[in-house]
Amino acid sequence: MSDTAVSLQNLTLAYGETVAVPSLNLDIHKGELVALLGPSGCGKTTTMRAIAGLMTPRSGTIMIDGVDVTKVSANKRGVGLVFQSYALFPHLSGFENVAFGLRLKRTPAAVITQKVEAGLELVGLSHLAERMPAELSGGQQQRLSLARSLVMEPKVLLLDEPLSNLDARLRLEMRTELQTLQRQTGITMVFVTHDQAEALALADRIVLMKDGVIEQTGTPEDLYNRPNTVFAADFVGFENIFKVSGNTASNSMVIASDTGELNLNYRSDASHLAWRPEGVIIGSGPHAGVVAGVAFAGNKREYVITTDAGKIRADVDASESAVQIGETVSFELPESSARPLREAL
Amino acid sequence: MGKTWASRLIIFTTLLFLIGPFFIIIFAGLSAGSSLSFPPQGLSLKWYLAVFEVESFRQSFTLSMFLAVCGTLCALIIGVPAAYAICRYKIPGAETIKLIVAAPIIVPGIIVGLALLRYLVVPLNFTVTLALFLAHTALVLPYAVRVVSASLENLRTDIEEAAVLLGCTRLQAFSKVVLPNIRSGILAAFILGFVTSFNQVPVSLFLSGPGVRTLPIDMLDYMEITYDPSVAALSALLAFLSMGIVFIAEKTLGFSRYV
Ligand SMILES: Nc1ncnc2c1ncn2[C@@H]1O[C@H](COP(=O)(O)OP(=O)(O)OP(=O)(O)O)[C@@H](O)[C@H]1O
Ligand SMILES: [Mg+2]
Repeated sequence: MSDTAVSLQNLTLAYGETVAVPSLNLDIHKGELVALLGPSGCGKTTTMRAIAGLMTPRSGTIMIDGVDVTKVSANKRGVGLVFQSYALFPHLSGFENVAFGLRLKRTPAAVITQKVEAGLELVGLSHLAERMPAELSGGQQQRLSLARSLVMEPKVLLLDEPLSNLDARLRLEMRTELQTLQRQTGITMVFVTHDQAEALALADRIVLMKDGVIEQTGTPEDLYNRPNTVFAADFVGFENIFKVSGNTASNSMVIASDTGELNLNYRSDASHLAWRPEGVIIGSGPHAGVVAGVAFAGNKREYVITTDAGKIRADVDASESAVQIGETVSFELPESSARPLREAL
Repeated sequence: MGKTWASRLIIFTTLLFLIGPFFIIIFAGLSAGSSLSFPPQGLSLKWYLAVFEVESFRQSFTLSMFLAVCGTLCALIIGVPAAYAICRYKIPGAETIKLIVAAPIIVPGIIVGLALLRYLVVPLNFTVTLALFLAHTALVLPYAVRVVSASLENLRTDIEEAAVLLGCTRLQAFSKVVLPNIRSGILAAFILGFVTSFNQVPVSLFLSGPGVRTLPIDMLDYMEITYDPSVAALSALLAFLSMGIVFIAEKTLGFSRYV
């Protein structure tokens, strides 16, 4: 018995003529919490719907627990999906919403009551079981929808932007709850998000998608520190990305943006180099630039510096004294914090 | 001040215009005399009671009731799935279908009646009752489709997918999730259809035979021969019946939201 919960093989997903996902290969392990991360329209929802069986792939294979389910209809796959819109049944109470799937399975009434109560307990909604969905807040509806999927004990639970409709505070709360829940139940979960912070905070593994293609997968640490492509780097917050335009001498090179160039005193074989704002050194170094903007952000100051190679973003510890707008500062793009990148896959 | 007076006058006149005839009918039916007149000659309930003695009224009432109930039910059996298909699937020409479905509203009823007589009853030997049934079903169908469509459009589609993922077949999802949520729309369509069918004259005009007449047609015939207040009494009773149905519907369903 393999430990692969979901396996997507050469999956092609299309809406009529529009191919949303050209060829997807992805294995999700049992008990894993995977984040499907990517910009709007990159095919995250489409992929989820295909796994759930709400959409028929044009070609390719979907395996769940080692069984080919490509042709199995959605109601027999044992996949749970928490919709971004919750999709609660408006005519049923909270309790009945959660009991819906169990009733279909002709579960004995006593078992239903016990399971539903346990499910509601798990998401902290026991006291609101008799309310109708319309009488619940967004966060409560969200949790009800989660409970409804959980009591079915799905082989995989898919969550489509589960937190995007919540306000900032509730989102943080639910983030923790979701993580705790996943650890408690050990259920395999895939959740969709276009918020990198959410993906980094929650997931065991992040799958970064672009235009229906997986750009990079890895642990949050991997992706945060070692993006491989320009797109991935940009997505996880490398705000300074430059093209390496040529190596001028044995120990120096030129990096370029659309607007200009900078000479660095080291070499790289990569096609691009990237620095996080906190990787840029300000106040010393071989280059000079003019401060175009500075913003105080609690523990740090966020600078925008106009340089020969265009704008550079740099974060400096707030304990250092501020440099005013219009002043000239020296700065350095150190080799140690440079991340070498490929242009694309 | 003048403005309030003017608007009050307009409201009063409008109400008088709308409700006035109804009161005239109620009182004309209360007459103690033997011909239809207003103001009534004396007061008595005898014509209200007499209505129930007229054999043809009883027959035509039964027929009208049958047509209104069964025709509307039949229209709903066709109309609900039709409305669902139009709303949920990108059927090519859905707009055209909607127009065609609305045809019986647009085409004068008298032409529908004549066409049914000419092309169904006469050449195909359809019985008049069957033709009437078909005519009333067709007449009510557009209302059924419209009203049910309206409540379907307000219903989100993702709950059906949610139901499927919880184990429903598509059909179960429809009956367990869609139907309960459009129930009040369906009931509204039923009442609207019932009233429309029951009061229908032009379509039924050509479609009557020996002993087969709808109540409104029967009343017309009756009045041609006997000009007594029983028709007024009957009209008043029917109006009360309709009002009762709509009142109950309004109380239980918030009917006015759908029309
Ligand atoms: N019903 C549809 N018909 C045609 N094209 C569609 C349909 N749904 C989605 N698409 C296209 O498929 C691609 C992927 O869409 P999808 O909904 O999977 O994106 P997403 O990653 O979920 O985006 P978002 O973050 O905005 O929800 C998009 O280019 C979109 O335009
Ligand atoms: Mg989406």
